[in-house]
Amino acid sequence: MKINNVILQFTAKIVFFMIFFYAVHIFFAGHYTPGGGFVGGLVTASAIVLLIIAFDLKTVQSILPINYIYLIASGLLLALGTAGIAMFTGKPFFTHFFDYFNLPILGKTSLHTAALFDLGVYLVVVGVTMTIIQTIGEDE
Amino acid sequence: MTILANILVVFFIAAGLVFIVVSAIGLLRLPDLYTRAHAASKSSTLGVMCILLGVFLHFWLIRDHFNPTILLGILFLFITSPVGGHIMSRSSYIAGVKPWSGTVRDDLKPEIERMKKEQKIK
Repeated sequence: MKINNVILQFTAKIVFFMIFFYAVHIFFAGHYTPGGGFVGGLVTASAIVLLIIAFDLKTVQSILPINYIYLIASGLLLALGTAGIAMFTGKPFFTHFFDYFNLPILGKTSLHTAALFDLGVYLVVVGVTMTIIQTIGEDE
Repeated sequence: MTILANILVVFFIAAGLVFIVVSAIGLLRLPDLYTRAHAASKSSTLGVMCILLGVFLHFWLIRDHFNPTILLGILFLFITSPVGGHIMSRSSYIAGVKPWSGTVRDDLKPEIERMKKEQKIK
């Protein structure tokens, strides 16, 4: 039976942004406080799952036209690249670098290559979770 | 100042605890699913929001640490918990859970029958 889902869909539209930006906050806070790429990726995937529950799988795929297999591959490439870039400068595998930069709005910030590795973990976690849920969900 | 802040924190956490205990008693004592959903979604939401507000005030006034994540959690609970109660009770109505025998008025029943007739489901 097809029913009217206005309340759930309107709430999902608002709550999606709250969950997504909280996931971004967890991802960037992971260096000094609890959080990081894994939890951020899982929270982002749960935000997309909320959209899939409130709307349709086809609608969400047309809103976010992402092939999650490519997302997994790019995350793995990013992690391998940040780990292997140290070998070109003569340092051992997985050596990370950091330095302080003066960014326009944020002021003095330390940028660390471990954040790029974490971004790779984030992309892989989002890709794997969404691939599992979509392949189970669209099975007729 | 610390005594006033402590009184505020203790008041909010105690009020939240009372609301959560009341909602647990309501879950045990009320007769059918809809009244239980009413108890669970309303009073426990207010209880958890009061406890989070007490924790926020404790960290802000006594530990001197402003934590906006707790405020975001209060807002999130305030938005999502009634919607969760609404979705659960409506899906159980459509699945055929009967209301309590003392119910005098049922506005959803003719609406569901009209929708079933429109979509030709018996």
